[in-house]
Amino acid sequence: MLHIPISRWGEPYKSMDLDKVVHFASGEVMCEVSRANAGLVERDMRHAQRARDVLREIPIKELIGMMKKAGELYANAELPCGDGTQTPDQFARMQSATTGLPEHMCKFNMEKNNFVLANMDNILDSLTRGLDLNCLSRGYGIETRGNPPVQIPVSYQAQTPVLGMVLPSNSPGVHTLWLPIVPMQIGLVLKPGPQEPWTPYRMASAFIKAGVPAQAIAIYPGLGDVGAAVLAGSPRSLIFGGTATVEQYKGNPRVQAHGPGFSKILLGEDKVDQWEKYLDIMVDSVLMNSGRGCINCSGIWAPRHTKKIAEAIADRMGPVEPLPPEDPKAALAAFTVPGQADGVWKDIENDLKQSGTWHATEKFGPRLVKKERCDYLRPTVIHCTSPEPNIVKKEYMFPFCTVVECPQDQMLAKIGGTLVCSAITEDKKWQRQLLDATHIDRLNIGALPTIKLNWLQPHEGNIVDFLFRARAFQFDKDMMKV
Amino acid sequence: MSTTATAGTAAADQVKQAQDKLDAHVREIINWHFDPDNGTPFWLDAVAGKNPLLKLDFDPRKEVKSFADLKKFGHFEDDWLRGGPLRRWVPKAFHQKPIYVFETGGTTGIPKSRVVVEDHWTDYEMFSDTLPEKYFPKGSNWLMLGPSGPRRLRLAVEHLCQYRGGICFCVDLDPRWVVKLIKKGWMEHLKAYQEHCIDQAMTVLSASHDIKCMFTTPKLLDSLCTRLEKEGTTLAKQGITGVFCGGTEMTSQWIRFAIEEFLGKDVYIAPTYGNTLMGLAAADQPVPPDYKICYYAPQPRAVAEVVDFDNYDQLVPHGQEGRVMLTTLTKELFVPRFMERDEGLRELPSSKYPWDGVSGVKPFRAFAATTTVGVY
Repeated sequence: MLHIPISRWGEPYKSMDLDKVVHFASGEVMCEVSRANAGLVERDMRHAQRARDVLREIPIKELIGMMKKAGELYANAELPCGDGTQTPDQFARMQSATTGLPEHMCKFNMEKNNFVLANMDNILDSLTRGLDLNCLSRGYGIETRGNPPVQIPVSYQAQTPVLGMVLPSNSPGVHTLWLPIVPMQIGLVLKPGPQEPWTPYRMASAFIKAGVPAQAIAIYPGLGDVGAAVLAGSPRSLIFGGTATVEQYKGNPRVQAHGPGFSKILLGEDKVDQWEKYLDIMVDSVLMNSGRGCINCSGIWAPRHTKKIAEAIADRMGPVEPLPPEDPKAALAAFTVPGQADGVWKDIENDLKQSGTWHATEKFGPRLVKKERCDYLRPTVIHCTSPEPNIVKKEYMFPFCTVVECPQDQMLAKIGGTLVCSAITEDKKWQRQLLDATHIDRLNIGALPTIKLNWLQPHEGNIVDFLFRARAFQFDKDMMKV
Repeated sequence: MSTTATAGTAAADQVKQAQDKLDAHVREIINWHFDPDNGTPFWLDAVAGKNPLLKLDFDPRKEVKSFADLKKFGHFEDDWLRGGPLRRWVPKAFHQKPIYVFETGGTTGIPKSRVVVEDHWTDYEMFSDTLPEKYFPKGSNWLMLGPSGPRRLRLAVEHLCQYRGGICFCVDLDPRWVVKLIKKGWMEHLKAYQEHCIDQAMTVLSASHDIKCMFTTPKLLDSLCTRLEKEGTTLAKQGITGVFCGGTEMTSQWIRFAIEEFLGKDVYIAPTYGNTLMGLAAADQPVPPDYKICYYAPQPRAVAEVVDFDNYDQLVPHGQEGRVMLTTLTKELFVPRFMERDEGLRELPSSKYPWDGVSGVKPFRAFAATTTVGVY
């Protein structure tokens, strides 16, 4: 039996409390994971500054090189995993087995992580807007600006020696968000999702094998008390959860909460009559990665033709059925938490009682598919004659979308918070309004799927701004010693 | 699963003697609470058909002759303890005595109340006998760092200290506010309140009060030791030799962590399990390699049983998991077969405690997801 210990800044620690991580379909125990206690996390945080100190001893340029090497190792090498080792194929199989995500999607996520690591130099260059990265190490630097050129001191002060993270079980794709942290010489304190210990441990193994000091990374599997201890002990944290989690941490400068994206595609008046041209991007945005990501589209808004659009998307997605996780054509992830799929479907059925809603995928058979140890929800498309029904504001962890009829001039007022908005329009006035809309995070203008990310751009706030504060700094160069 | 008892397995005659003593005690307590002149109004009314919460169709004084016969009562419902009049719980024989009331829960709604005359003193005097003198020396002063207000703990720990000849220094902690902070998600306030409590404990420890013993909860012990460590010291260096720990769930992993990383070999930790209804179940200090915490109720005054999850009339075999069922049998309170909000493993009788124990106590699985536990 594979055992995965707590990693206390690189030191393995076997807990007396062990959690079994099981295969969602067979019930086979895949590994035992040591469960941390909150006091242990709290005590270990006394070494948080050491994590930054050991990273600062390595120039950022070298750390970026290590990231590239770590990406290759993560994607291709057999790496230590707990008291055993793990090949890339075993990793994908285990991740699929415990999260319910098909294996080919797990492999795709591996490629994505590797891509981010391989392009770390460009990503950091973009996120810092071309800053000399040594400024992050030293805390200050000199930039030359203007004509005639003037030398201006710049200072970026780290707000924390470590970034705490309470990671999810349901979407291995989110790990790309924390990959740029180590090269910025900030340590990692990770609490893995209960069903997805794999990525944090494999990534840590790859980092360490690539030369990153083990003392820079701590991993604490555990329950809610451990998540709370990670958040309490880290001056800056990322947490992944539902709407309630996001609401709880709203306005808290220490915590960046990532939840449902409510990502949308908006069809403008000028393009809606050619809606069939955009069917592929609509389907891809809803269906890819089994609809699990915050960047998956959960709402398609248009001023007319909405019923036809809903029917066309339903014709494409409605027939999709669950396939075994190892099947390369599998498009659906399993719900591995008992009762979760039932709860979601009950919620949808309840919302469908409201007038102005119509279930476009109904004719393709029942959406809730119950298996012995897991459940599936098949793609579901709901047509809404206005933005009023409750279901318009819903997002679920499977390919689900509403197709909402709404006049263009009311869309921005009605869509609510939107992580990714793909607006298909050439209307200049509307484009201006879209650019100015502060409730849209990532804006795509044109026929771009919501799931197509440009990794050189920030996601839900710039992580550099979250970790470093730009501030005024003046100095007498004859006195400066650092 | 292991069924090793902490102090060696009890001999059969020891177990038999303890059972006989328990049966005799049951008869005495039933006679007391159901005595028409001096008994307890709640129970007398139940027999007389005048209690709207409970009607008994048998005469306990005639039909209950042993602990096993308590099954006739069904299960005590703790909701009966919400609201007044509280005098219905006081045996008529005690109506002239000063009465304490202790509450549990109460973050929202009406809390459950238990009336007490001297039980908390008796329980803690009995518990006192289980503490090793080497680490809890008589005459030492104590620090009480735990829930106060209407909880029993504050007065009980203070009495324990006084009974052992010491003076008790107390820090105020309101667990109901802690629960509210958690429910509201005000984690920064929670942290600040915790710091506020630890500040007070640090002040007491720094004031030359010659404190050698303390009561605290697992979370507060974590916080206090972490603070001491930040300030370059330890509980042992502060002169503490014995920690009586309880109030919330304790796992073997936690106690191992506390011993290995905070307490060291010079500080003894005595884990306890209990509540306002039952009193206090003691355990010896857990030891490597398994750090098993094995609790024994203060029989015959209280009995902790581990019963089948699906059939509460059936004890599980030793070493198996089940739900904890408590029975309290004192002259002040009769609580038959109360289903606790915990589950655990049934343990063999030990030579020190020749009756069943319970280990691996954790929140009952059916409630675990919905209950805020272990908050202070």
